[in-house]
Amino acid sequence: MTHMAEGAEGLRSVPALLHRNATVYADRPAYREKEYGIWQTWSWSEVADEVEALALGLMNLGVNEGDHIAIIGRNRPYLYWSMVAAQMAGAVPVPLYQDAVAEEMEYVLSHCGARFVIAADQEQVDKVIDVQEHLHQFEHMIYVDPRGMRKYDHRRLHEFSHVQAQGRAAYDEFIEDLKIRRERLNYDSTCVMLYTSGTTGKPKGVVLSNRNIVESAKASAEFDNLTAGEEILAYLPMAWVGDFIFSLGQAYWTGFCVNCPESAETMKTDLREIAPSYYFAPPAVFEGQLTQIMIRMEDASDFKKKMFHYFMDHAREVGPKLLEKKSVGLMDRLKYKLGELMVYGPLKNALGFSNVRVGYTAGEAIGPELFDFYRSLGINLKQLYGQTEATVFITAQPDGEVRSDTVGVPSPGVEVRIADNGEVFYRSPGVFVEYYNNPDSTADTKDAEGWVATGDAGFFDKSNGHLRIIDRIKDVGKMSDGGMFAPKYVENKLKFYPNILEVVVFGAGKDRCTAFVNIDLTAVGNWAERNNIAYASYQELAGHPEVLDTIQSHIEETNKSIAQDEMLSGCQIHRFLVLHKELDADDGELTRTKKVRRKIIGEKFADLVGALYDGSDSIYTETEVTYEDGRKGKITATLEIRDAKIAPVAASKIAAE
Amino acid sequence: MKDTEGYVTADGRQIGGQLMELKNITLKFGGVTAISDISFDIHEGEIRAIIGPNGAGKSSMLNIISGFYTPTEGELWYKGAKRPPMKPFEVARMGVARTFQNIALFEGMTVLDNVMTGRLTHMNAGIGAQALWWGKARDEEMENREKVERVIDFLEIQNIRKTPVGRLPYGLKKRVELARALAAEPSILLLDEPMAGMNVEEKEDMSRFILDVNDEFGTTICLIEHDMGVVMDLSDRVVVMDYGKKIGDGPPDEVRNNQDVIDAYLGVPH
Repeated sequence: MTHMAEGAEGLRSVPALLHRNATVYADRPAYREKEYGIWQTWSWSEVADEVEALALGLMNLGVNEGDHIAIIGRNRPYLYWSMVAAQMAGAVPVPLYQDAVAEEMEYVLSHCGARFVIAADQEQVDKVIDVQEHLHQFEHMIYVDPRGMRKYDHRRLHEFSHVQAQGRAAYDEFIEDLKIRRERLNYDSTCVMLYTSGTTGKPKGVVLSNRNIVESAKASAEFDNLTAGEEILAYLPMAWVGDFIFSLGQAYWTGFCVNCPESAETMKTDLREIAPSYYFAPPAVFEGQLTQIMIRMEDASDFKKKMFHYFMDHAREVGPKLLEKKSVGLMDRLKYKLGELMVYGPLKNALGFSNVRVGYTAGEAIGPELFDFYRSLGINLKQLYGQTEATVFITAQPDGEVRSDTVGVPSPGVEVRIADNGEVFYRSPGVFVEYYNNPDSTADTKDAEGWVATGDAGFFDKSNGHLRIIDRIKDVGKMSDGGMFAPKYVENKLKFYPNILEVVVFGAGKDRCTAFVNIDLTAVGNWAERNNIAYASYQELAGHPEVLDTIQSHIEETNKSIAQDEMLSGCQIHRFLVLHKELDADDGELTRTKKVRRKIIGEKFADLVGALYDGSDSIYTETEVTYEDGRKGKITATLEIRDAKIAPVAASKIAAE
Repeated sequence: MKDTEGYVTADGRQIGGQLMELKNITLKFGGVTAISDISFDIHEGEIRAIIGPNGAGKSSMLNIISGFYTPTEGELWYKGAKRPPMKPFEVARMGVARTFQNIALFEGMTVLDNVMTGRLTHMNAGIGAQALWWGKARDEEMENREKVERVIDFLEIQNIRKTPVGRLPYGLKKRVELARALAAEPSILLLDEPMAGMNVEEKEDMSRFILDVNDEFGTTICLIEHDMGVVMDLSDRVVVMDYGKKIGDGPPDEVRNNQDVIDAYLGVPH
């Protein structure tokens, strides 16, 4: 640790951290990527060399200080190097969501005025070429994978390795200048610009300085005692602040190794082979894994099924206690050990979680059952609460204080306060510099003293000092009788059922709540297969009467549980329908990080919302859909609308009235 | 017909000179004449299609090229030399690889192992050394595995690398078969109905891979296909057969407007 303390003064940018790592951890692995079936490894000193060559190559192409360089593609070492090389050359890296369609890219590329684009492959190059005539500042594009690129016009198009080779060739010409640019980087210079996915309106470019990144990485790495020996798998979108902080900020601060999967389809195999020690995933990933396990167990032999359930029951009882180092009886401990041997160990191995020391989930609320499942296996899964504007960290759960319904205590260096209307505010070294070219929004979000509005409503739990988040403050509304309306609270409860993928609850200003439901095709499809129910499409399965019965029973159970909550008992769902299509980011219904865009859905399906309130039994509807290649089509459906039973409101409240 | 010069395709690609020439090929099974007096050639780097109604003799023609049948009459010239009658494995060693109309993979073996069999013609370590994974056998397998991995990467089947072929859906099996043929690094790739039984999306994928193979590796491709849309879009030149005779030969547009071809497909009494 001594070198860190000594060097801390000089470690004021990511390139400076790279320089330190190349010296201190020279031969230790920095990046691995599976290619051609083998994990290819680069040590820190090799990475320093690659990045420098690229930075020289970029200067050779004419990159100036302050330029924006867009980076588009899946998680690959080359693209991480691109970000650091851009910084080294004094430019600002702007990672983009790789699954964005061309028009979305056009907005971001023209908003930041990117002169250069570094794209992973032909697919991304094609998208940029599609919109390039609208991009006045765009000059050169660099691509990593040369496949299919041979016949393109190469006047403004360059292969990644050639740019590096030209950079190496022009070493003498540019190295002095590069050194000067590198020296000039300090805590206030921009480290990266990340576009928020934006549940409302156009994306905003969040400018994060080296101070934001380095301080946040340092504080969070110390919070969880991360060391240079950690292994992580980088698989979440590079444009997301979480990936930037885990795969770049923390990796460069602590010097641990970042592993990149071979392709999105091989993620599971790669995860198992790497067995990361530090792992991050949004709840949806954990949920998907649990659904898969449960489906596979349904198909297992009776003996295996019995063994699995027997030991899992035991784990639910004892596992979380063991993880929190509470006292557990000797017999229970022995039985848990046996379970580890028979069930938990092999299961964790199959999931790639054998070595997980710290696991985080964030972004959405996680169901208590889901959370307990992983913790009972002995996986130290914790929650954190954060946002891009905070460089991720606002609150996090310390070891031993983990609960499914809170998001933890303020992270080191972060101050949190709750405004009178319930909104959560924070102030920290990670607070963003500004929204790029948008002083109005910056002023709306961040006040003069550096306090930032999260837009979330929440409160501190008096019993343990942990923060609890209720909902987005703008979504928390009132029903027509004045009762509190918190849609997300209800939606999250429903989404914990494996059969339900997504829910949108309506009811602001109305006398009762109603809901759209998306079924989970994996779970419901498996059920259909086991019950010999044939279906040709998502739409057909979603309209099946038995599926509707199941969803109805889930909603009625949820209503019972909502009825227990005094403040929110008015949010019980009276009527619902199962949508004929999956909500999709390509149709603008979800953000790229898969968050529901409530308002847009309400407008788009206004006819359906109307039918939920006018008492009709079914409704005919037509919906335009966008395919992955950008073509549009139309689907039509007649949807059945059902009434759900309302549970009596908890006795205490009635008594009070 | 000494047409050894190359030509330029409609979309501006330069095609090389003659790679294979079939001269007056006739194939008889007893009294049945499957192919009668057909001549055509295949140029280096082109995509050459053979089309025709059922029973026209297309597959027989492909079997002649791959050495499975020996023509009753006629000559086959390959890379400028007349090819004597050969066994199929000898033809394979000369750089001719193929896929089959009915998938012919080893169902119980993994995708990787299946594709590795495509490299057999390039391996010659002794059985003892191979069993012991020692010396030359080891180096050879590593070298060949790398080539195979490049093909796997190219055809985007990394995620099923270790999956037994029997568990794969039909469209993917077809792709694995293509991978095995490609692994042999052929000069000519013969595809017998590569899109048969596929849905639209699988056809699109397969078409893209065929074009990519031709484009990236410069592999000459000779294919039989029933889907006219696919054939006309993919191929540079088309041979049309009907009842064992050649009734048309030329670029897709020319063939499409050929009256004999239209008759053969729409059905005119013979």
